[in-house]
Amino acid sequence: MPNVAIVGVGLSRFGRQPDKSGRRLAVEAVQQALHDAGVAWPDVQIAFGGSDSSGLADTLVSDLGLTGIPFMNVKNGCATGGSALLSAMSAIRSGAADLALAVGFDKHPRGAFDPLPEEWGLPAGYGEAGLMVTTQFFGIKIARYTREHGITPTTLAKVAEKAYRNGSVNPNAWRRQPLSAEAIAAADMVNDPLTRYMFCSPGEGGAAVLLASPSAARQLDDAPVWLRAAATRTRRFGSFEVFSPAIQGTGTPSSVSSDAATAVFEAAGVAPCDIDVAQLQDTESGAEVMHLAECGFCEHGEQEKLIAEGETEIGGRLPVNTDGGCIANGEPIGASGLRQVHEVVTQLRGRAGDRQVSGRPRLGFTHVYGAPGISACTVLER
Amino acid sequence: MASTQQTVALAGSRCEGCGAVAFPPSERCMHCGVYGASRIRLSTQGRVWAYTIQRFPPKSPPYVPPPEGFRPFAVGYVELPEGIKVEAVLDCEEFTDLDAGSPVSLVATEPVPRFATVSHQGEAV
Ligand SMILES: [Zn+2]
Repeated sequence: MPNVAIVGVGLSRFGRQPDKSGRRLAVEAVQQALHDAGVAWPDVQIAFGGSDSSGLADTLVSDLGLTGIPFMNVKNGCATGGSALLSAMSAIRSGAADLALAVGFDKHPRGAFDPLPEEWGLPAGYGEAGLMVTTQFFGIKIARYTREHGITPTTLAKVAEKAYRNGSVNPNAWRRQPLSAEAIAAADMVNDPLTRYMFCSPGEGGAAVLLASPSAARQLDDAPVWLRAAATRTRRFGSFEVFSPAIQGTGTPSSVSSDAATAVFEAAGVAPCDIDVAQLQDTESGAEVMHLAECGFCEHGEQEKLIAEGETEIGGRLPVNTDGGCIANGEPIGASGLRQVHEVVTQLRGRAGDRQVSGRPRLGFTHVYGAPGISACTVLER
Repeated sequence: MASTQQTVALAGSRCEGCGAVAFPPSERCMHCGVYGASRIRLSTQGRVWAYTIQRFPPKSPPYVPPPEGFRPFAVGYVELPEGIKVEAVLDCEEFTDLDAGSPVSLVATEPVPRFATVSHQGEAV
């Protein structure tokens, strides 16, 4: 299949910005991506984008310019950015466009993720009984995992410690204050074994990526980053998701992250061991631990040793969430997937400043996971 | 008490095609996609598959705290002999009683499934 180049990336500031709307953050990200690529808005031939709760992406044309291009709205939860990117990639590959935009944004108020049972097709009793609490799901899943695979609370604290440390050297991050593993472990327990500092918070931000055909890319950038593959998946039978009255099937639940990662590695023709820098969904620190194995970077249980030895640190063998991930940047649902792509592109270009991975990384990987059982992955190459 | 326990049961369904068990009962099988499932009574005994502790009061509404006020409670999944894992509130003396696949019995079905450890049921009687 024809190659697709990433010729521009843009990112708004992340974290609370009371004076700006979600749409404003999206426009800032798009303008930055255009500037990065050295193109203007009228050069863009097709666009895809969305937010979970900050409005429709196609309305951005009233700020960007009324050029008449097709602009498709995407609403796919945590996979919104990934789905927009996949659509833009397909538009380039099909020959429909030479320059395509993917954009994702969101602005969630504090405590935004307080869902009602009716919205999830559940009896009202689940709300009355106190089971409509998102964080319970993460606690239960990692509690099972730690018991089965020997992951200690220290490891969970160390993952969050790394997120805040990486955030402290990322000028764009929301949380820039380093926190020790001891302080993280000693903080209030939210849902055992997860403390409050192990969770990300609903946040704000926008991210944009400009894709180009090889011929268009040649005119813009003599050394672009290539989007080797992108894949999105929905859950299969027997998966374990938030707000499930039951986990069907027998034995170990299936994983949509494994399915999406397997698909993207197959399409890219590379293996997890080839990856030099990775971004993994870290809704809480246990998620990063589990996703390391679910995406194929190690065996279940190996994370304990991997993390103790610093292998996922910026200086390690497989640096993970070098920008601080969701824990340090917050979770604007529509923006997170493209924020990950932005970070990996920045790393592959060698322009990540104080958080730059050494040894000139060549291959990168991104992964998001979210309700109600969706995942989107990419493989990027310099 | 024995008679009370016998009458408490969760309604599930079993696919007539592939045998997959569902809770709540479902017309269409999520495994093979066919319509046609028989209603079954799920087993009332199982083992704790995993649990967490709800340390802070959930947001009200929709949460309705007990009359004596909120106290941290355990919530998790109980693995039944059918293989399905059912989400439930878990009653126990000490939270650690729920560790390592402890056996639990169904004590209520409303507003959500509720299971209790053997020692806790003993106490309750
Ligand atoms: Zn079936």
